[in-house]
Amino acid sequence: MKARVHVSLKNGVLDPQGRAIGQALHSLGFGDVGEVRQGKLIELELTGALASKSRPEIEAAVKDMAQKLLANTVIENFSVELVG
Amino acid sequence: MKAALITFPGSNRERDMRMALTKASGGKPPVDVWHGDSDLPQGIDLIVLPGGFSYGDYLRCGAMAANSPIMREVKKRADNGTRVLAVCNGFQIACEAGLLPGALMTNAGLQFICKDVNLRVETTQSEFTKKYRKGQTIRVPVAHHDGNYTLDADAVKKLEDEDRIAFRYADPLGNVAAETNLNGSVANIAGIYNARKTVLGLMPHPENATDPMCGGMDGYGLFESIAESLA
Repeated sequence: MKARVHVSLKNGVLDPQGRAIGQALHSLGFGDVGEVRQGKLIELELTGALASKSRPEIEAAVKDMAQKLLANTVIENFSVELVG
Repeated sequence: MKAALITFPGSNRERDMRMALTKASGGKPPVDVWHGDSDLPQGIDLIVLPGGFSYGDYLRCGAMAANSPIMREVKKRADNGTRVLAVCNGFQIACEAGLLPGALMTNAGLQFICKDVNLRVETTQSEFTKKYRKGQTIRVPVAHHDGNYTLDADAVKKLEDEDRIAFRYADPLGNVAAETNLNGSVANIAGIYNARKTVLGLMPHPENATDPMCGGMDGYGLFESIAESLA
């Protein structure tokens, strides 16, 4: 069982790196690109007792991990996806 | 003043900080504490989180250090009123640990900025800045890539109303404007206090302006202030 945590900047938080990526795409000729937002994908392998729990329980545990460490909820949103 | 200086793997300003603290406390050096320790000595009245690149800035600047063993004890002591000075990476760690509001993001210009900047002292109603004059401009260095202080507008208003903004990026005359905003920080904020003004976090390095032969003395007022307050 794996969990994928997608971390992205909240709407309204300026993303200078995303903007630079957008400008680079424009300079490469990809003119039809609007706003670019950069985020992170964190993949966790789940082992031990957690892996054998129900999906809602696993999801709750991974959300707890995201709130405590993987995302900074002052500036970032996250979503959790369970794979397998 | 009995200070504890925390060193994380990747800290790099702890030596400069030790010199500044030692000078301000009449030759008494701070107690060195390692990030893996889980306890602080008794009788400590100031905890200092120095600058650097703790844990290689993995995940987010300060995120790993904020969860290191010593930080549990730092948070406990801070809750009990022990003063905390958090500089640069220390400021990032303090925000990540929830000792201070907000977050420090990548500089708006995407560049690492290493130069002397002008800061306006926004309040002297604090144990950390009482030796300065309100509105005084001081010149101290910055060296950071992620100093873009971010906080929502309501929370910024609260900081202003509660006199909790310590320093703002300014010009040499103390004018604060969009052009003097170094790194995109909301409201030109360079440093802030917690609600009780017992925790100060700032991106610039006052410890690197505490020697007349090297960088000037503009940062020394901060160390004199806290040393006198805790004498």
